[in-house]
Amino acid sequence: MGDFFSNLDTQDLIEATYETFYMTIVSLAGTLILGIMLGLLLYMTDKDGIWQNKYLNLITAAVVNVFRAIPFIILILLLFPFTNLLVGTLRGPTAALPALIIASAPFYGRLVEIALKEVDKGVIEAAKSMGAKTRTIIFKVLLPESMPALVSGLTVTAIALIGYTAMAGAIGAGGLGNYAYYFGFQRRDWDIVLVSTVLIVIIVFLFQFIGDYITKKLDKR
Amino acid sequence: MISIEGLSKIFTSDKKKITAVDDLTLSINEGEIFGVIGYSGAGKSTFVRLLNRLEEPTGGRVVMGEKEITTLNSKALRLTRQDIGMIFQHFNLLWSRTVEDNIAFPLEIAGISKTKRKEKVQNLINLVGLSGREKAYPSQLSGGQKQRVGIARALANDPKVLLCDEATSALDPETTNSILDLLVDINEKLGLTIILITHEMHVIRKICNRVAVMESGKIVEQGDVLDVFSKPKQLVTKKFVEQVMGTNDEDDSMDYLLQTYEEGKIVRLHFVGEITNQALISQLAKQFEIEINILQGKIAQTQAGAYGTLIVQLEGNEEEINKATSFIQDETSVEMEGFGNG
Repeated sequence: MGDFFSNLDTQDLIEATYETFYMTIVSLAGTLILGIMLGLLLYMTDKDGIWQNKYLNLITAAVVNVFRAIPFIILILLLFPFTNLLVGTLRGPTAALPALIIASAPFYGRLVEIALKEVDKGVIEAAKSMGAKTRTIIFKVLLPESMPALVSGLTVTAIALIGYTAMAGAIGAGGLGNYAYYFGFQRRDWDIVLVSTVLIVIIVFLFQFIGDYITKKLDKR
Repeated sequence: MISIEGLSKIFTSDKKKITAVDDLTLSINEGEIFGVIGYSGAGKSTFVRLLNRLEEPTGGRVVMGEKEITTLNSKALRLTRQDIGMIFQHFNLLWSRTVEDNIAFPLEIAGISKTKRKEKVQNLINLVGLSGREKAYPSQLSGGQKQRVGIARALANDPKVLLCDEATSALDPETTNSILDLLVDINEKLGLTIILITHEMHVIRKICNRVAVMESGKIVEQGDVLDVFSKPKQLVTKKFVEQVMGTNDEDDSMDYLLQTYEEGKIVRLHFVGEITNQALISQLAKQFEIEINILQGKIAQTQAGAYGTLIVQLEGNEEEINKATSFIQDETSVEMEGFGNG
């Protein structure tokens, strides 16, 4: 037993786990902001929306669809010049953030749009009948009324993001994916692959559990 | 006063034009409960939404008090909407907010301070009879309670006008009655003008002062509720009156009644807006030496008094019966028709 885990370096493992958390949480925050903006733009410019605008809607939808269509591993490569300009390096967890956010924000944006479409039109009408401004409708009606769906969508996105961080790790971003690939797979140290995998699964479960818990707490319907 | 002149709304979908409201002219007095009745598709929901411009009119004018609603810019419209409360068929409460926070919402929109909001919300909760349910979420309330929250919310900014869009159509008859009582109560307490849209004649009968009947976007008949009830002119109006009064099949059975009850005299009594003569039958029985046998009838209560018909058999000696019938004809406002046997 001791023999099998002989290749593990606790310090490396903690470092890699920390990097995975760092990448997931920071990119999730970025995704949340950008995704809500995209989702709102898609929803509000849609037919019968408050900012109804056919062209803006088409352009936003096109951007979202294109970025969702590009496989993540290729997106990272395509974004190299942009990342270099923004972060100043192509290695390490921070360098992975732009690609992670740009890959997951359009995905989350679509989930936000779906969540907003579920908000009862009657409630929006009621708010209008009270003389609410568009800003009030967004922040006091649309977002609070769709909150459970926004959180469960964010949970789904977070789990996809954890997967992306592992992929980013394979091309040098750090984190558990990086650890498993370089220190485990390439050196044939299977114990490292195993422990890293288990840790990633635990992190996924953790996010799922927290997400489900918050969704349930928020839902007063 | 609310005056509506030549109001129209045309929807265009798939290049087809649908006229939902067609050159509608109407005036509604301050402080009255005005009912608009029509079948679904008559355009009444669109009509009520034109009043606060939740739907933009295609043409015409709406003037409430001094303000011409139809020419307001979007900011002025927003502010004016705070003076026009609205309640809905499906309540349209925010499920994510408690009862008190739902009622506070229009106050937040109006920029009322937190302490003032709290005080106001408590008063409204008491007014609509929801004390003790402040912290409940809409999902924990019954339909009637939800509509009470809707009413409290609509009243929060002290509006002068309350628009009710099928406010009782999703409620059972008993709850409907309690909500209607509440509406009458606030109409009297707050002197608020209520415009009510419904497809139930029962609602009109119970609380409205005046009524307009709508069909294919037009008002086909309007007037005091009692006049419309007693002398419906249009076929739709007759159908609506039948909803509460039953079908007018009395004439068919009149022959049957005359054959079955051969004694005494059979009379038909029409009550139109009776308040003073509601106890007519017991008056007759006390004053005259006759027996009164109620054969058939239907009386409904409206805001302006009782309305309906009773067919009764008067038994006794001829002299007493004649005295009684002339008493009805001369001393009361009840209309009487006599039939055979007498």
